[in-house]
Amino acid sequence: MLSEFGQLSIFLVTIFSVLIIYKSFLSLKSNNQVIEPGIYQLSLWQVTVTILSFLVLIAAYLVSDFSLINVYENSHTAKPLFYKFAGSWGNHEGSLLLWINILVIFSYLFLIFNFKHKKNFRLLTLVIQNLIILGFTLFLIFNSNPFSQLEPVPLEGLGLNPILQDPALALHPPMLYVGFVGCSIYFSAAIASMLSNYRGKLFANSIKSWVLISWCFQTLGISLGSIWAYYELGWGGFWFWDPVENASLLPWFAITALMHSVIVLKKRENLYAWVIILCLITFILSVTGTFLVRSGILNSVHTFASDPARGIYILLFLSVMIFSSLIIFFRTFKKESYNFYFKSKETFILINNWFMAFFLVTVLVGTLYPIFLDVVTNEKISVGPPFYNIVIIPLAVPLLVLMVVGPQLSWINSKSLGVVKHKALIIIGALLINFIIYLIFGSSSFLSNLIFISALFLIIHSILEAYKIYQKKIKFEAPRVISHLGFGLLILFIGINHNFSNEQDFNLKVGEEKKFDEYNIIFRDLKLKQEKNYKAIIGDFEIKNFDKKINKILNPEIRIYSNPETLTYEAAIKTRIDSDLYLTMSNISRSDYYNIKFQHKPLMIWIWISVLMVVFGGFLQLVRNKNES
Amino acid sequence: MRVNLTRIIIFGFIFFCLSIFWLGLKKDQTYDTRNLIGNKINEFSIPSLDETNSFSEQYFLNNKFTIVNFFASWCAPCRDEHKYLVELSKNGAHIVGVSFKDKKSNTLDFLNQLGNPYKFIAADNDGKASISFGIYGIPESIIINRESVVVKKIIGPINQEIFKEILNIIK
Repeated sequence: MLSEFGQLSIFLVTIFSVLIIYKSFLSLKSNNQVIEPGIYQLSLWQVTVTILSFLVLIAAYLVSDFSLINVYENSHTAKPLFYKFAGSWGNHEGSLLLWINILVIFSYLFLIFNFKHKKNFRLLTLVIQNLIILGFTLFLIFNSNPFSQLEPVPLEGLGLNPILQDPALALHPPMLYVGFVGCSIYFSAAIASMLSNYRGKLFANSIKSWVLISWCFQTLGISLGSIWAYYELGWGGFWFWDPVENASLLPWFAITALMHSVIVLKKRENLYAWVIILCLITFILSVTGTFLVRSGILNSVHTFASDPARGIYILLFLSVMIFSSLIIFFRTFKKESYNFYFKSKETFILINNWFMAFFLVTVLVGTLYPIFLDVVTNEKISVGPPFYNIVIIPLAVPLLVLMVVGPQLSWINSKSLGVVKHKALIIIGALLINFIIYLIFGSSSFLSNLIFISALFLIIHSILEAYKIYQKKIKFEAPRVISHLGFGLLILFIGINHNFSNEQDFNLKVGEEKKFDEYNIIFRDLKLKQEKNYKAIIGDFEIKNFDKKINKILNPEIRIYSNPETLTYEAAIKTRIDSDLYLTMSNISRSDYYNIKFQHKPLMIWIWISVLMVVFGGFLQLVRNKNES
Repeated sequence: MRVNLTRIIIFGFIFFCLSIFWLGLKKDQTYDTRNLIGNKINEFSIPSLDETNSFSEQYFLNNKFTIVNFFASWCAPCRDEHKYLVELSKNGAHIVGVSFKDKKSNTLDFLNQLGNPYKFIAADNDGKASISFGIYGIPESIIINRESVVVKKIIGPINQEIFKEILNIIK
């Protein structure tokens, strides 16, 4: 029953899309200055049935309706309720339905919230967005239908991959999707803007909040993925420059550049063409990322069962999207004159964009080069952290300094670049704290010191600014200051964590102990535990640290899940305010020994806190935008 | 007609990327070494532990079967399986040891302690040469015939059962 209901609602979404496109074209030809109520109604119906279709899928998961292939393949009656629920988007078909939901919801919200803008611009945005919706619904219906039926109905499902059964991961795809798919709306708006000649400040005003929303969610989504990798994968790190992580980072660089350029377009009526390019690129990169991840071209934890037909469809869609948007761009391109003074805010925002463009190209090359080499020469390589560390890390230093100087400059022209107040004092403060870091953690490379100092420069300056804002109550700068402060802290904590983590890898068996540096690790015992959907072997380790008087018990687990039968390694992590203790154990086949990975990672929790701060700034700006309009 | 170079370059670049994606889709991505059974081992060369000689595909011509065993002194299961290798050697098996990512002194200590079943010891210091044998973890052992064709592949340590299987093959 649920299957038919789902099929029907998806079919209706398609019909509504076609009707909206048709009605919009009729309306574009008329001289009427307002959008007909019929279009609003159709959009409302469309958004209702789309959400309904997703609720149907969730219901099928909750009641374990195995007549749906999708539920049979990805769920199991013994699964905890929360993961039945989250399992609905933990697979290709379900996540595609979520993708369509976000496309439709954004389409509807953009239509009703931008009522002040020109009719043609709004209608064209609606048309382009519905073409995208149509493209994805057809893909869903013909290739990846979550409501496909199974006959005869099996009694039990196959279960969800246990490494996906994690709270951070349940939230990671929806967040990331709001971030990535949300970009579609200003992709559509950008094309509509070119076609209807709705340029400049007005266009900037229509998209700025949407850019912010998707930026906030992308940032959150990427960090949730990183948190999941840290707690669940048991590799002991939080960022691996894995091709799939890179695929998520590419649109993030573009959108971060866009978020800054939109301000220039709004305030100075300039950089229009550049803003359009960024709008197009952000969504194109999001779809490219989806293609890379879903087609199985990249092998990673994100590859669900890969299917070449799926890849070909997304690739076709991507090609149509890129070429048509490029042709429209070149057809309507008008040369702009840039007469920026060097000592102005807009110049520094442009410099920020150069940095983002450089990071984007670096990561793009690092991600695509192995695919290229594999296709052309059959050679398999992977581009790893050394490449990114060499190319990207040194550039953090000027970026951090520019983040202090840029916001202090005025629009159009400033008297001098020396607008930063109390420079000398801040630099002395930064040097002093850097020295304290040296006293606590020990020495590090020259470059690391430089990064610490420049991050501290930004941090101290932002704190002073925050104090000023608090005193004078000039609220409009607050979001920027909070986000920049968060970013400075993020770089500082990552730097400290990266430089001063202690990692050891060794084999132990029960009863043995291992001494190194100032640590002593005792493997005291092994226990067995039986849970609802898995069995676990639990290690009992005592960690002692002579200097700092750490005395902790850590219990890493090896879990044997029953549906589907899978082995996972659960790290034991003790998070403390100053550092994390991290221990994983894995069995060595046919021996009593266990391979132990131990890590002592300073200031780990603060990395997550600083990311939250960066995002918080974004949300604050969103609230301000709303109050402004 | 005016030809715009920038546009041609942009379109060309995008077309190039998309074709690479398209070609990439057609490639088989699964990596599994079990299918190496029945394959011929291609040209390779791994230096011997004492660096005077090298182990190459020519070596297989000398024996009906050669067992290539990948081991390291730091690998606990390698210690477990070593007694079976010594036993196999006593039964006339021709075994070549490839010391995987190990120090020379440690390898020699390991063999002094547990016995040396190897007719030849090669050293793959950075672990790269072993990849051409499809090694993804040690211990692993491969039985190769005179024609350089892989007859059997053992992933993980040799136990009593596998020991008997190997004896059956080489006898």
